[in-house]
Amino acid sequence: MDLLEAKFKVNYPEFNLDVELNLPARGVTVVFGPSGSGKTTLLRCLSGLEKAPSGYMKIAGQVWQDEGIFIPIQERKIGLVFQESRLFPHLSIQDNLLYGYQRTHPAERNLQLGEVAQVLNLEALLKRRPEKLSGGERQRVAIGRALLTSPKLLIMDEPLASLDRQLKAEIIPFIKRIENKFKTPIVYVTHSVNEVLQLVDTMVILKSGKVENIGSVEEVFSDVQSRDAVGDEQLGAVLETLVLEHDEEFGLTRLDFMGQVLHVPRQNIPVGQSLRVHIHSRDVSLSIASPAEATSVLNILRAKVEKVGVIDLKGYSVDIELDAGGPILATITRKSLATLNLQPGQPIYVHIKAIKMVHHSASGE
Amino acid sequence: MDFPLIDAEPIWLSLQLAGVTVVILLALGTPIAWWLTQTRSRFRVVVEALVALPLVLPPTVLGFYLLILLGSHGWVGGPVQALTGSALSFSFTGLVFASTLYSLPFVVQPLHSAFESIGKTPMETAQSLGASRLDAFFSVITPLARRGYLTAMVLGFAHTLGEFGVVLMVGGNIPGKTKVISIEIYDRVEVLEYAQAHILSIGLLIFSFLVLVMVYSINRRLPMQVT
Repeated sequence: MDLLEAKFKVNYPEFNLDVELNLPARGVTVVFGPSGSGKTTLLRCLSGLEKAPSGYMKIAGQVWQDEGIFIPIQERKIGLVFQESRLFPHLSIQDNLLYGYQRTHPAERNLQLGEVAQVLNLEALLKRRPEKLSGGERQRVAIGRALLTSPKLLIMDEPLASLDRQLKAEIIPFIKRIENKFKTPIVYVTHSVNEVLQLVDTMVILKSGKVENIGSVEEVFSDVQSRDAVGDEQLGAVLETLVLEHDEEFGLTRLDFMGQVLHVPRQNIPVGQSLRVHIHSRDVSLSIASPAEATSVLNILRAKVEKVGVIDLKGYSVDIELDAGGPILATITRKSLATLNLQPGQPIYVHIKAIKMVHHSASGE
Repeated sequence: MDFPLIDAEPIWLSLQLAGVTVVILLALGTPIAWWLTQTRSRFRVVVEALVALPLVLPPTVLGFYLLILLGSHGWVGGPVQALTGSALSFSFTGLVFASTLYSLPFVVQPLHSAFESIGKTPMETAQSLGASRLDAFFSVITPLARRGYLTAMVLGFAHTLGEFGVVLMVGGNIPGKTKVISIEIYDRVEVLEYAQAHILSIGLLIFSFLVLVMVYSINRRLPMQVT
């Protein structure tokens, strides 16, 4: 499997970056963290815009930086997309798209203008000038221009931050499609939990220039340690499910999660498609006994207690890590914990009071 | 009143001088202005001051030192005389040399501010798309700086056309070789031929005015920007 290995040490008077990463060079990896955590510096080091005095970087078997080695940015097979599109105002859309393509060795051109323009829906814009385009269109052109250099890595630095909600929703499917169709690994920086849930496979959480946590979205969102980074109200579980069937009579869609069934309001998604759902830890309650017949809670999963969190005697709640085929975090009261007397390894029923659908738009084909 | 005959030669000579000087200035001013934008060297201020010097120096001072420099015993004139048989003072080449120095700030400054306003990102973007720095300079920076180039050309041309003191000191007043418009005007006034002096002067005045109108209208239009 292709890997992205990177190790950078940067010491500025006011800021230090000291990271070591070992990531799968596929899918979307997000670098997540508050401003000033070093996200942009990390991207600049990865792309070669900045030369970390002490650094190592290797992608898909190629060393881009090591002692005595520093491949300059123009020779790295890398695509960069920023918050601003940075299109060249003096060139037409087509010439913008082809700028990097023409500077890529013919033998290394894996993608052609036609297919990129089609995937990003740019065909009608080719003759136009950048200033005539909307923000969302410009950003799509910027993505296309980066892709047409046939990069080994696509780096996106808050590419949607300057767009309004509707335009964001318009672009996310395109990014997902690129990843599906062209298999270009993407390193993505964002502040937005929403973008993370919709796009990301692997998360790297940075704090004050150091890697605080790293893992799959499922792991990170159910990990107590991520509380500060993703926000208390986001913590809980992210589950990858498959659409099983639609229940027209009750207006429900049944989802399969590792052999167990979840119910959500009727979704307009074909059977067999994947759907990511997001659950807050405070919407999860636990019971030891088989659930009573008479409950209004539709979604009950069988799970096992993994770990009982540290009990903070001043607080009233405690985090329980569960395994239901995927990690789930439950936040219950200390009183409930005392009543249930939970122990690691103990089987348990997980009642899920609310499920949020993440509109994963891989289906936008 | 008889239409006074004017000698076209000084006009033609002025245009030639200004044209050649502008071409040299663009070639010379581009790397200087780019270096000033990019460098973090502490010599930057020294170079900036040197480039701006002709703005504040009396033309006679510049002319005096150029005369010494370009003359047959000068550091530049001497070797040139040894090679070609004639020194640079009192020659067209000498005038081009002098005009280039004299008009340098009028070309470097607009280019410098054009490059500054472009910022770092277009260069970084072009490099990330596989362009070398030189390639990116010509394919992205130069087109983006085109208003700066236009301003630099117009100002450099007009300023060269209007110079007097330096030309007089370095070039003298040799018809067909170094006698440019401004000196011709001075000559006409000396011999009390006000009519001819008027025609040339009003021509230069109108030309300069039009040039400045052009420069300000170039600069008024906002620079192209796409975020």
